[in-house]
Amino acid sequence: MITSIKGENLLTLADVSRNAILEVLDTAEAFVEVNQRSIKKVPTLKGRVVASLFFEESTRTRLSFETAAKRLSADVLSLAVASSSVKKGESLRDTITTIDALGIDAVVLRHQSSGAPMQVSRIVPHVRVINAGDGQNQHPTQGLLDVFSVRQVLAERANTTGVESGASLFEGLNVLIVGDIRHSRVARSDIAAYAALGATVRVAAPGTLLPTDLEGWPVEVVTNLDEALAGADVVGVLRLQKERGTGHLVPSLDEFTRFYGLTQERVKLLRPTAIITHPGPMNRGVEIDSLVADMPAAIIERQVSNGVPIRMAVLYLTIAGSSNQGAISV
Amino acid sequence: MSDQLHRPAHPREAVFLSKSQPLDSRDVERAVRRMAHEVVERNQDIDRLIVIGLQTGGVSFAQSLADVLEEIGDTTVARGVLDVAFYRDDLALRPISPSAATSIDVDLTDRTVLLVDDVLYTGRTIRAALNALSDWGRPRAVQLAVMVDRGHRELPIRPDYVGKNLPTSRDEAIVATMDGVQIGTWSTS
Repeated sequence: MITSIKGENLLTLADVSRNAILEVLDTAEAFVEVNQRSIKKVPTLKGRVVASLFFEESTRTRLSFETAAKRLSADVLSLAVASSSVKKGESLRDTITTIDALGIDAVVLRHQSSGAPMQVSRIVPHVRVINAGDGQNQHPTQGLLDVFSVRQVLAERANTTGVESGASLFEGLNVLIVGDIRHSRVARSDIAAYAALGATVRVAAPGTLLPTDLEGWPVEVVTNLDEALAGADVVGVLRLQKERGTGHLVPSLDEFTRFYGLTQERVKLLRPTAIITHPGPMNRGVEIDSLVADMPAAIIERQVSNGVPIRMAVLYLTIAGSSNQGAISV
Repeated sequence: MSDQLHRPAHPREAVFLSKSQPLDSRDVERAVRRMAHEVVERNQDIDRLIVIGLQTGGVSFAQSLADVLEEIGDTTVARGVLDVAFYRDDLALRPISPSAATSIDVDLTDRTVLLVDDVLYTGRTIRAALNALSDWGRPRAVQLAVMVDRGHRELPIRPDYVGKNLPTSRDEAIVATMDGVQIGTWSTS
């Protein structure tokens, strides 16, 4: 169990304690304030180098990680995989050791293979590794920014602040995650984060889109979606991942939408206070109706803007918390 | 926060063992009142002043100082709070505690900033604060008020207003609040 990510890698949320998650959320609150200043930059990571390695396409995650690093005054090495030696067949190990030879403090890694960040952390143990999504395994910063966004909304409603409320607003909270659980790294990180903070997590998906082995997951599988929606405080809608081969697992997109999509009819079942999240990019009209995505209950834009402070907090804690200058903690 | 270099990694688990109390709450109050008078003496236009407390130890002193300034000057004094955690040069050397947030709602250009902290020690917190202030504009002047100056400066920084000069050794710790000033040590056992 990881009790703090200070000076550590962030590979998964599966074994991260409640206090470690709260530490990231509370640190991110301080960075929200930095992002509201007219000069949105602090010198915290001046002279540190962050390599951003995205072996899989991404818009929001890559841009928000790089924005976060730049707002902390770190230098960013951004590898465009499509135009790099990876295309000539260079192995992950060789790419990493080459970049490490340039002198880096951290790697932000997105990879199509589950476990790639763990592998990289063994190749360069002196470099902090931050998982920006690996295959179907984990997407820790997405999980963190989802619980951060939900806590923010709940705290605003309760007239308190996120830092003051700690994990208390998650007690008894019913979270329902709907869609392609099987292929979703976001689902795995979300489930871990919500469960660690004390929420009850349920999942709903067609049998073919459930993981084959749910043993040990802190979740309950829902068979009646409409009933579960009526009792949910938070509905996490997942993207149907056509690129990971959902095609043969779903008879047709229309059928998926009819039975598991968050349609306008289904939204009527929700409590008026329910919060809808989506990690993006959305397939409007498939897993979420276009008008539903633009409702005030859907906090999708808030999730995107919270991506920067959450990633600033993760970079700050993992990099600044490590004493690579030989300094000792006092 | 200036004496945090001597605090253990988990301040909440550490116990402060007090050896002596050079100032009690009434002494502290008197010192704040005297410093406020000195501030008024040096700054004719306290409407243009903004009192900024440094997180976390300087905040309560800044509040009291601003209260007294308002009382003496019969006017309102702008206030702010600054957390310098993101501006420090010794990040890896100290526990991370940045959740105490910054709040400065005005442009500092052409205003006089009165920085307030509890204990002035190495001067590194103040250096970080001076760097941070430049993100909010270009103040006409920056002045520094501290409740305790304990010496051992590592940078060319001196306070304009001092509650009490307390020569200390490096292995002593000082805790200064509105309830009084104590010299002692932090114990983790």
